[in-house]
This record gives sequence, C-alpha cells and structure tokens, in this order.
Amino acid sequence: MATRSMQSGPDREEPDRPIAEIPLAEIDVSRPSLFQSDKVGAFFERLRREDPVHYCSESAFGPYWSITRYNDIMAVDTNHKLFSSEAKLGGIAIQDMHNDATNLELEMFIAMDQPKHDAQRKAVTPAVAPSNLLLLEPVIRERAGAILDSLPVGEEIDWVKSVSVELTTMTLATLFDFPWDERAKLTRWSDVTTAIPGSGIVESNEQRRQELIECAMYFKGLWDQRIDRSEGSDLITMMANSPATREMPFLEFLGNLLLLIVGGNDTTRNSISGGVIALNQNPDQYEKLRQHPSLIGSMVPEIIRWQTPLTHMRRTALADSEIGGKRIAKGDKVVMWYLSGNRDETVIERPEEFIIDRKNPRQHLSFGYGIHRCMGNRLAELQLRIIWEEIHKRFRLVEMVGEPERLLSNLVRGITRLPVKLRAH
Amino acid sequence: MVKVTFVAHDGRRFPVEIEPGMTAREAALFNEVPGIDGDCGGQCACATCHVHVDPAWIDRVGRLADDSMEADLLQFAEGTTTESRLACQIKLDDRLDGLVLRVPEQQY
Repeated sequence: MATRSMQSGPDREEPDRPIAEIPLAEIDVSRPSLFQSDKVGAFFERLRREDPVHYCSESAFGPYWSITRYNDIMAVDTNHKLFSSEAKLGGIAIQDMHNDATNLELEMFIAMDQPKHDAQRKAVTPAVAPSNLLLLEPVIRERAGAILDSLPVGEEIDWVKSVSVELTTMTLATLFDFPWDERAKLTRWSDVTTAIPGSGIVESNEQRRQELIECAMYFKGLWDQRIDRSEGSDLITMMANSPATREMPFLEFLGNLLLLIVGGNDTTRNSISGGVIALNQNPDQYEKLRQHPSLIGSMVPEIIRWQTPLTHMRRTALADSEIGGKRIAKGDKVVMWYLSGNRDETVIERPEEFIIDRKNPRQHLSFGYGIHRCMGNRLAELQLRIIWEEIHKRFRLVEMVGEPERLLSNLVRGITRLPVKLRAH
Repeated sequence: MVKVTFVAHDGRRFPVEIEPGMTAREAALFNEVPGIDGDCGGQCACATCHVHVDPAWIDRVGRLADDSMEADLLQFAEGTTTESRLACQIKLDDRLDGLVLRVPEQQY
C-alpha cells in the first residue's frame, strides 16, 4: 500500500500532451490537480470509451481500479456484501483511512459494513426524515431570504462566501441545534476534515488533528447537556439518546459527527455555487428558468448531477470478482467515479449539457445507491430548491463576472471562489 | 391488462392499468401517480418507491424477505410497516389484478 498520501501536497505536473496520445496504462485520474483545473472530464470520457474498468498500477494512492460507466458503478454500489466500505480496509475514498500515524483513527458509519452501519445510520436518519424536513422548511426559507436581502445589488461579491457557505452553515446549525453565534465553527471543522495540508486550509496534519480534537470536545460539551433530555429532534440529542449510538467510543463519536458535518456542508455548498456556474454557462437555460420558475423542482437534481459534489466513493473487494469483463482480486481498491458515470452518454441523454427540464432528472449517481446512499439527499434538494425560489423572487440574474476557482481535491468537487454581480428585476 | 389502485397519503385514489410483467413502480411512473419517485430506475437501490401493500393483498404479493437488499434499504425509510415493500420489486401478473397499494407521505 502506498504511504505517500494526498496530504503530501500537490501532485506532479503532467507533461503537456494530448490526452489521446497518453498510453492507457499511464492514465491516472486520481491526481488532484486534474480536478482543480477541471480537466479530468476528458480523461473520463476516454476511459468510458476505451477502457471503462481501468487499472492504474501506480499512483500517489497506490494501485486502484477506476469504474467509469453508470451501470458498472451501480453494480458495485449495490453490492455491499462484496464491496466493503470498512475503514480498516481503507474506507470510502481513494485516500486510505488509517494510513498515516498523524491521522486520527476516526470511525463513522459511512465507512462501516453491516450490521454496525445499519444500527448507527438508523439512529440518526430521523433528523432528515421527510416529516422532519417539513418542519425545517420555513426556518431555512426565512434564513435564506435574510442572506439574500443583505447582499448588495450591482457590486462584485464572492457567491461562495456570501451565500453558499452561509446558507449551508445555517442549516447545519439548525440540524444540530448548535449555538447560533458560534456556527462558523461548523464550517471550519468541515473544511478541516477534508483538507490537504498546504492547500490553504491547514498547514500540517498536526494542526488538523488539534482542530478536530477541539471539535470533539466542543460537541462532547453539547452532548453532556443533552443526554437524557427527553425532547429535541436535533442530531446531538438523537445520538445521545439512541441505544445504537449513546455508548459510542470517542473516535466513533467524533467520526460520525464529522460525517454529518461534512455530508451536510461541502456537498450542498458546492451545489449552490455549481448551479450559478451552470446557469451562466447555459444562458438559454437561465432564460427558460426565468420564464418557467416552476422548473426549479427539476433543475435541482440536474444541478446535483451536473456538479457531482463528491467525485467518487471507493470500496474494497472482499473476494475475487469481475466487473465489466475485468478480474478484480480480493483486496483491490475499487473507485466508483460518480463524476464520470453522471456523464455516461449510454445512460444519460446529452450528458454534457445542463438541461433544467430533463425527463428523469433524479436518475443520477451523485447520492450513490444502495445502503450507503446519501442520507441527507432530501435536505440537500430542499436547500437548493428554497435558495433558487428565493433568488428568483429578488434577482433577475446572478451574473458570473470572473472565472471560478476550484479546490485541490480528488474527492470534494469544490468551488472556492465565484465572483458574481446581482442584477435586479 | 392488470389493474392497480394507488391510494395517496391524502386519500386520493389513482386507478391505473398496465401490461402483465411490468412492476408496480412502472405502473405508478408511467401513469404519473404522485409520491412514487423511483430514482434508481427500478434496480432496488434507493428505496424511493416505498409502498404499503393493502393488508388484503399482502399474502398474494408476499412480505419483505429477511436478508434481502430490499429489506436492507427499507430499514432506513420513514413509516415502514409489516406491509411495506418497494414497488419496483412487485411484479404484476393476473394474480394481482385489482391490487391496492398505499403511497406514504413522502419518500426518502
């Protein structure tokens, strides 16, 4: 197993040559710089066509299989008995968990197999149950409206900082019933959890570790206040009082918290930003939206497909098997590239185009499928729907006035800066 | 043709007809019955076509099998009962002509 990790900083420069001339065996789609420059799509396009189940024998993350077609991804994602999410085998991302002495050995149910996964997931799902979301909707709408009302019209602002981060942080604070004035901590912890040292968020693994321990201690304080509290539908009260989660060891407690924070933060944040980019790059669709605001309902899943806020999930093969005619050996690292599957022309019509009134917009891979399917998918959609409804009431156009800046990461498809000007009706 | 009636959460009834061999998920989607999403395309992978089989029909439809993918997924859905199934796993044939399925308030 490779020991050089994603956290050792930016990867090597690829010599500038046409993608078609790179020998297949040399293609390595895991390089974070390919995502930061947003050039990875052309590599996936070639793999889908020429070698859809592709083996990369050498990378900064060790050898791995790339699954690039929609149906193959679906087959792996729904076969949890053969393809494990277990942290001790490497977990759920191409970057192994537990491979670095300075990392915390976090445990979270997304990186567990049955039966422990099921018990812990069941304990927290009521927080995002459809019935609970109905209660959250007016709160989120009011807060979204307040954010938008505070923005200057006609001046350049950073949409990421002013809207995407603000709204997702507020929602998360609501879900956790987190002390309101300190809610910026949630954003910070989310960023730190997935950060590469040297990427501008943390300087070292030691700093990362320190901050995450602070996070755990803070939540421990909230937990202690809420344990044995009989009412409260927030996530902490639920975890503190459910038999499946109340006795969790410390690192499992921290891991599951971070899972819920990252799960509810980065992903929605980047979809809120991604929607603005998609509409600006497709002005005909923006016009269609202005004429038919009722299309917001189908635009929301299209934004989530288009953005694909998590580029991949990874599994580890528990036995020898076959995918798309290739022999996968027990122990192999199998990476399901959702970003590629969501552009698979054999399943999704005109996949490169952003179309707000697609026929089956919810048929995409961004939430994953099977028992690990995104637990907060309805909450994510709710937030996106509300923000676009509230934007429509206030502004004719959110105009992109400069190129977006993207995150150096092969997992989180992040937008770090998005200069826009708001145009009134 | 097989007749199926979907009963929405608010009590509205949606009687539909479909070719034998199709699933209850398809019967709902092809006829635009509200409340059945079926995100995954009918592959038993998302649990967004959750229905409650009318008690009078559950024995003929069959109950959820332990240790099945369907059961694995439905354990995370809201408001499941002993009559819960995924519509994509209910294959319609003449034996099920007249089937009544109740649609939950919302899908996960």
